[in-house]
Amino acid sequence: MAEIDRAASSNTGAAAGTGSKPAIGNAGAARKAATGAYVPSDVSPNRRVQRRYSIRLWSIRHARMLEWFYARFASAFLLLHPLWKAIGYSRAEAPVTFVEKRVKGLLFDCRMCGQCILSSTGMSCPMNCPKQLRNGPCGGVRANGNCEVEPDMPCVWVKAWEGSRQMVKGDAILNVQKPVNQSLRETSSWLRVTAEAAARNEIAKDTAA
Amino acid sequence: MSIDINPKDLGGPLDPLPGHASRGRLERILRRGEFAVTAELNPPDSADPQDVYDRAAIFEGWVDGINAVDASGANCHMSSVGICALLTRMGYAPIMQIACRDRNRIAIQGDVLGASAMGVQNIMCLTGDGVQAGDQPGAKPVFDLDCMSLLETVRTMRDEAKFLSGRKLTSPPQVFLGAAINPFAPPYDFRPYRLAKKIEAGAQFVQSQYCFDVPMFRDYMAKVRDLGLHEKCFILVGVGPLASAKTARWIRSNVPGIHIPDSVIARLEGAKDQKKEGKQLCIDIINEVKEIEGVAGIHVMAYRQEEYVAEIVHESGVLKGRRPWKHEANPTDTVVAERLEEIRQGKEEHQQQLADIAAHKPH
Repeated sequence: MAEIDRAASSNTGAAAGTGSKPAIGNAGAARKAATGAYVPSDVSPNRRVQRRYSIRLWSIRHARMLEWFYARFASAFLLLHPLWKAIGYSRAEAPVTFVEKRVKGLLFDCRMCGQCILSSTGMSCPMNCPKQLRNGPCGGVRANGNCEVEPDMPCVWVKAWEGSRQMVKGDAILNVQKPVNQSLRETSSWLRVTAEAAARNEIAKDTAA
Repeated sequence: MSIDINPKDLGGPLDPLPGHASRGRLERILRRGEFAVTAELNPPDSADPQDVYDRAAIFEGWVDGINAVDASGANCHMSSVGICALLTRMGYAPIMQIACRDRNRIAIQGDVLGASAMGVQNIMCLTGDGVQAGDQPGAKPVFDLDCMSLLETVRTMRDEAKFLSGRKLTSPPQVFLGAAINPFAPPYDFRPYRLAKKIEAGAQFVQSQYCFDVPMFRDYMAKVRDLGLHEKCFILVGVGPLASAKTARWIRSNVPGIHIPDSVIARLEGAKDQKKEGKQLCIDIINEVKEIEGVAGIHVMAYRQEEYVAEIVHESGVLKGRRPWKHEANPTDTVVAERLEEIRQGKEEHQQQLADIAAHKPH
């Protein structure tokens, strides 16, 4: 926030020189464009740049329905625990990850962090945030609700807040999330959650018996 | 003379007090209920320590804490750890900013220990601007932690004396933990809850983004008071002078997260001396926000106008006659200086003669 004057002076000079209007809201891009070097469109520090976010936004609009579905799906997956156990969780990992990656990739633009918190973020995947924030929006959100880094993308967390307001357990968005465990990347979140739930059930059964 | 002084070491850590997380002056001032003033140091692009001392000297006697920014705007400068180490040498009370953009959890935890060992008492946890905003947009954005998990990490290190991994620390870093808030960016409804989250994660004080829209800030504070957050954390409002209407307009369209209403720009445009009007506007905003319940201080960000900080603080009268810490020479320093001068100018001293005199001297 403190680099204002210097950039202001360099930017006005550059804008006058090239004659083209620099993209609003991105000092770095404007300065880069002013050098005249070839810059492909849609360059982004983000891993996967997309031009459309329609399916992701649809999922957030239907957060409540997806929440309901997800709860059913989780219990169904848990019922299959004997099956996973018979196959072996480690052997089931690869095919389940394959399916999970594609299904969630389509619906939420999932990045396979391996520790899904969609239910706490209004069905808006926080790993799509260029800063990968898992605890809420940064201070750079634009007045129109778009991202600071990618001016065309609606802020993941503005959408997350909207989605969470529709969900029954939407207040989970207020919980402080732990940092991402990078060693779980590209693993199945579904299987781990199921394994953990099964282990809890077994402990509960043991203590009851 | 300020009352927060360690008589043995004028700039050193103070005696620990019950209920205080750190041994610094900023926490003492805030906990006593006094209106605190902090400022932001413009980090030098040099390896000369004198540059840091000169830039800090402008604030002397006017501020309770000096923010050492961590490559703000993703522009490369002297590191915040380095600046803090220099500032603590001179007895200043730096607030070390840590941005999650450049370092992973291993580096950050190491820096926290190093900074604390150098005498840093205040640490401010930030997410950091995206790399695209800075002078090196090709850099890899790290963002291993976010500001919330960073707060929690440092709090765990301080209160439970262990790393994130659970490994024990022999001596925990005693630091006063800060965070940033921006009430002026969407989603507006979520912002007060986000502050609540930060407090839950460990924030003890927060500094806000530039406040140019006082009614908007008032609404935010009303919500904050409803949640009772102003009692759990000290809120410092970010203020600063705008150099001109042109700068204001540029900031508004190019710096994400800074909200400047049209009325402010109109006021600057109508003025004869825009720079002076910008300063006056800043003072007016301070006078308005200091009356809002729950505001514990101000954070003056006068980038490249640092010489105005003293005037702004003085003219707004927020200190109410209190004089923040000022670098004062240690009384023993003059004795040492006199003796050095004596040695330099005086006649040659022969050790044997001196020993002879001492031996014959009656005790």
